[in-house]
Amino acid sequence: MDDLVGRFLNGERRALARIISRVENETAEGREYLRALFPHSGKTHTVGITGGPGSGKSTLTGALAAEYRRRGKRVGIVAVDPSSPFSQGAILGDRIRMQDLALDEGVYVRSMASRGALGGLAPTIDDVVSIMDAFGFDYVLIETVGAGQDEVEIAGTALTTILVNNPGTGDDIQALKAGIIEIADILVVNKADHPGADLLVSQLQALLSLAPAGARRPPILKTTAIKGEGLEKLAGSIVAHREHLVSSGGLDRARAIDARHQVLAIARAILLEKIRRSYPEAELEALVQRVAARELDPHTAAEELAGAVS
Amino acid sequence: MSAPTAAKIRVLIAKPGLDGHDRGAKVVARALRDGGCEVIYTGIRQTPEMIAEAALQEDVDVVGLSILSGAHLELFPRVVAELKKRGVSDVVLFCGGIIPEEDTKALEGLGFSAIFRPGTNTQDIVKFVYEHVQK
Repeated sequence: MDDLVGRFLNGERRALARIISRVENETAEGREYLRALFPHSGKTHTVGITGGPGSGKSTLTGALAAEYRRRGKRVGIVAVDPSSPFSQGAILGDRIRMQDLALDEGVYVRSMASRGALGGLAPTIDDVVSIMDAFGFDYVLIETVGAGQDEVEIAGTALTTILVNNPGTGDDIQALKAGIIEIADILVVNKADHPGADLLVSQLQALLSLAPAGARRPPILKTTAIKGEGLEKLAGSIVAHREHLVSSGGLDRARAIDARHQVLAIARAILLEKIRRSYPEAELEALVQRVAARELDPHTAAEELAGAVS
Repeated sequence: MSAPTAAKIRVLIAKPGLDGHDRGAKVVARALRDGGCEVIYTGIRQTPEMIAEAALQEDVDVVGLSILSGAHLELFPRVVAELKKRGVSDVVLFCGGIIPEEDTKALEGLGFSAIFRPGTNTQDIVKFVYEHVQK
């Protein structure tokens, strides 16, 4: 480990960028950096921003960051876009919507490709967020891949999760379904200058009124991110949610749950790697061929594979 | 070429200056995506400062500049200077667009490893990137 850690701790953005790359590429060196910097993390407030493709996540993320800058806060942004399932390449285009922040020294924007992860994030997202946390940002905003109904991973990564909705995108039964709507700490109706915004707000309100008594009801806020409208209220609502987490003991609970989730996920990856290393590729190929030919069921095959390291 | 979690080549494709035609830049971005690169695309009307800052923050291996306005000898040196100012001195540079032959020497002198003009096969650009970056 060169002097990158020292430069990082001195606030040098180039060192931050380089360390993130090493962590993202899951190198041994990256793990060393994470080990050195992890103790410096845990101070930032992480905010997840999720919602469908085209719902305005990037614009909202940029506008929220601008609001934080007006409040004198330093902001890190991680924006995830999908990797191609065929070439593993990606077009990362979220910066386009954040041009106003391009030269602001108090803002750092990093684009990440999903690299095959399911759930709207990237395999190393938690580690990358920890690194940004350690750098000393007051807020780290995490923008997911355009998410549909079931991409709930963000709730395990961010302390406050914002679900971005738009007017005119489905009736109230969509919102009644299980899944992504359940993880929202704050519901945002973005593009609120479009027709149907108030109708969507009242549908969401009606839906939330069905929640059991005593359950926290997420606030519903209208924004028109492209015009910078509604951001002050949103920023205030995030502060209120953090205060709620602190006073209810939810912050410690959330951290413990996230840590558990992270440790188990990493252990799973290590075990899989061990299995792959102790089970020759040719034999694996023969095994899966038998499953493909219906000679063997997939559970028996997986037991056989897992037996290689037990 | 690339396992799901292996390191990826990161490329910034940017358009400095005021011309608003980014079809060429998008075609190149798409070809590099299909070639397995992670391409950060920043859109049109980027200042040299914005391009250098994006290269720094995104820790890219390659910066590709697209220009049609004829202002390349005006803008490209400023991009290179802004990169240097930020300590980003190890990126591979290439450019493309409407660039007269007689400017080749000047651009090579600035550190551009290749100039791709209209009619280039996009596969040649992908090949160029993989030949110039070790991952």
